[in-house]
Amino acid sequence: MSEPIEVSLSHRMNFADKEDLLDRTTQGIIGTPMDRPEGPLKVSGTATYADEDHPPGTVYGWLVRSSISKGWVTGFNTRELRAMPGVLAVIRDKRMLRNPAQGQASKAPYQGPAEIFYKGQPIALVVAETFEQARDAAIKARADYDDRSEKGVFVPAEAKYEAPRSQQSSQGDLDAAMDGAAFAVDVEYHTPSMSHAAMEPHAAVAWWDGGSVTLRGSYQMLGSNKAELADSLGISPKKVRILSPYVGGGFGSKLGISHEGVAAAIAAQKLGRPVAVALHRRQQFETTIRRSESRQRVRLSCDAEGRMTGVGHEAWVSNLPAETFSEPVSQATPFTYEGENRKIGHHVGRLNITCAGSMRAPGEAIGVPVTEAAMDELAHAAGIDPVEFRLRNIPEKDPSSGRPFSSHRLADCLRRGAESFGWHNRQAPGARREGEWLIGMGVTSAIRVNMLEPSTARVILLPDGTARVETDMTDIGTGSYSILTQIAAEVLGLPADRVTTVLGDSDLPQSSGSGGSFGAASSGSSVMLAAKAVRQKLAKRMECDPDELTLKDGYAIAENRRRTLAEVLAGDTLQGTGTIKKGLTSLGHQQASWGAQFAEVAVSSVTGEVHVRRLAATFACGRILNAKTARSQCIGGMIFGIGQALHEKVETDARDGSFVNRDLAEYHVPANLDVPHIDIEFLDDRDPYANPMQAKGIGELACCGTAGAIVNAIANATGHRFRSFPVTLDKVLEKLG
Amino acid sequence: MDVTLTVNGAQQTLQLDDPRVSLLDALRQRLDLTGTKKGCDHGQCGACTVIVNGRRINSCLTLAVMHDGDEITTIEGIGTPDNLAPLQRAFIKHDGFQCGYCTPGQIVSATAMLEELRQGWPSQLTGDLGAADLTDEEIRERMSGNICRCSCYPNIVDAIRDAAGETGSQAGGQPGARLAAEGAA
Repeated sequence: MSEPIEVSLSHRMNFADKEDLLDRTTQGIIGTPMDRPEGPLKVSGTATYADEDHPPGTVYGWLVRSSISKGWVTGFNTRELRAMPGVLAVIRDKRMLRNPAQGQASKAPYQGPAEIFYKGQPIALVVAETFEQARDAAIKARADYDDRSEKGVFVPAEAKYEAPRSQQSSQGDLDAAMDGAAFAVDVEYHTPSMSHAAMEPHAAVAWWDGGSVTLRGSYQMLGSNKAELADSLGISPKKVRILSPYVGGGFGSKLGISHEGVAAAIAAQKLGRPVAVALHRRQQFETTIRRSESRQRVRLSCDAEGRMTGVGHEAWVSNLPAETFSEPVSQATPFTYEGENRKIGHHVGRLNITCAGSMRAPGEAIGVPVTEAAMDELAHAAGIDPVEFRLRNIPEKDPSSGRPFSSHRLADCLRRGAESFGWHNRQAPGARREGEWLIGMGVTSAIRVNMLEPSTARVILLPDGTARVETDMTDIGTGSYSILTQIAAEVLGLPADRVTTVLGDSDLPQSSGSGGSFGAASSGSSVMLAAKAVRQKLAKRMECDPDELTLKDGYAIAENRRRTLAEVLAGDTLQGTGTIKKGLTSLGHQQASWGAQFAEVAVSSVTGEVHVRRLAATFACGRILNAKTARSQCIGGMIFGIGQALHEKVETDARDGSFVNRDLAEYHVPANLDVPHIDIEFLDDRDPYANPMQAKGIGELACCGTAGAIVNAIANATGHRFRSFPVTLDKVLEKLG
Repeated sequence: MDVTLTVNGAQQTLQLDDPRVSLLDALRQRLDLTGTKKGCDHGQCGACTVIVNGRRINSCLTLAVMHDGDEITTIEGIGTPDNLAPLQRAFIKHDGFQCGYCTPGQIVSATAMLEELRQGWPSQLTGDLGAADLTDEEIRERMSGNICRCSCYPNIVDAIRDAAGETGSQAGGQPGARLAAEGAA
């Protein structure tokens, strides 16, 4: 086959998109509820995840973890373990990780497992011929310690809090606004530490070929993961290849390289054999990352007509000493509602508890439910319907920065959602009862900032008129395989079954990766640009302007000439490379995805249990790329919100910081029977400032608020406010008496 | 020690060097049937669900040596990418999965669950012991042992209801009807 003819397009998002390409193409596949192309593999068990498809001769590693909370490892019963059946190595290497990498770190996280910062921190890896032998030896591992656990800090109330100057802001005089307001609330809410609990626990298999390592792992952002692994091992990123074709859920827990990946690579190097290291579910809870708990003080004030005059949101979160990430709780607060007097406060406490990091919508996921619950309290105090109260306070422009919004559909979502849900049937607090059940309705706005990250992809149009999409993007269940296939098919005018999308290989062009809800918009834009470059080349061959070229069903059509793509290609391969970069539109405009969510709950006056009977949402997040996968992302996000409102809380031991409920029997994620029918509606929307596809993030938006709608519904049902998540039976019974 | 298993209709003898090998790890690591997933290794998530002698179990909670002579159906025996079972097709149509990691367990579990319903087994929600209907609530209750963190539960319920209609007409909906899984294997 001849060398491909290379074309490329690079685009920096400095101006609003005016070309509107995806509204002018005619294949008609974009936005449709196309089935996932990888579906047949996933439903038949033939999609291969990290701890599968082992190379021949693979041996097994099991991480040994610290039994103290702070101090140093001074000795280890290595000799005893080495004598156990099948044991090949006991590895204590200063390159092994202490904490996993944070998202987009692109450099090694804290290494050196001999110094201990939290209980359960990995300190060694035992490798044996079989999984059972490795696990047995790890159970019998004994370390000697210089134990300084008494100096550890394990409860937020005892932590030292830092207040980074860049994360504090104020305007006007909030105290005066509160004092002079017709109505005001000054409330404190608590949200718990949470665990991602993706169904596939972190796992990695590593093998070396000369000085190069290949790692099959479960990661979300292969470009930065490659750099993190290389830096951890002390080798060039060129010597690292990471494969993550299928990722069994991430939710932020797999943004950065983690213990198992680095340990597997070191062990494989030392033994000259492939080594597999899979985290046990309890190790996933205790050694990867957690969402920080938070204490949040919210102050809101309004005048007699319900027009807001003040917004205050101060948060206290935690992380390990020296970790730079802290959950940006108030991220959406500056631009959500009116109020000329404002204050944002952010405080980070240092705890000797498992590393805190990004979990689905870091910031808004815990900040929005709290501010939305406080909004409900203020609406109630002012005697105004909560939907109407929100509508009265939607700003024309960002009230903190003065910037215009790129697009703002919150009011549309609230109005439309209220109508679809039957909001007018809502009654006064405590007024609706069915036997032992108290029934209530609640509303929340859903807000999540929208982002664009650099991303590159290749689209290869082969001589037979089929195409291949290649990028190191991951599909963590989000639908990347689907939407990237659809985007390329739409721009090239091909039926989707003539497009193959190859992802999850760090040797492919570097994408944004999956995180922050920027994956679809960023990687999708790069695929669109790559396909557009190919399209322009096809127009040249058809001797027409690209605007006059129609590509549909494998044909190129221009000025009454209709040729198959194979004829146009005449044996050539066209290889387009597309790159998207963020630009001025991310500075000049406040960008966000919007939604309104509604919940109906039934609260048992006998047992205190809360049933979510109905959930509904209306979202505006720009162009919808696949109606089926977009809906699933929203359903999943809202069910995350059910867990947050009612079930999920990591309980840590105040004596040593260890996780008390560190598995799926004790940490309660929603199960099937917890979940009602969920109605999802998308407004027809475009955001030209977001990216050339005019699409925005979806997957996180859906969980930014749900828990607020549920606690507001509980307040409507019972007449009581619950300011500590999750709202478990004991808390309900205490108030119902 | 030799253990003879009939896996997806094929009898095979496994030479086990270690009695600690769970049925799940035997399938994944010794028989290379990695369709059955390990989500917790503690019987808490259902990702490792397989059908043993007609009943769904968590394969992580049982040792391989305990299954000499048993018949085992895994996701690989339910249907292949080129020849999917009705439940598998319905999961694709209704998007009953996202990341796909819990999916084999969901589908194997649902296969056995529908058979339990056909045989009239009650659940905690069944009001009349003689008549368990295929209501959404019954599906939710009976599928609550299979956790999906992507949380596709409403789509899973839709898929099972849809597929049950399809297989119901094929199998005549009669008590004791053969598992669709065995038919497809």
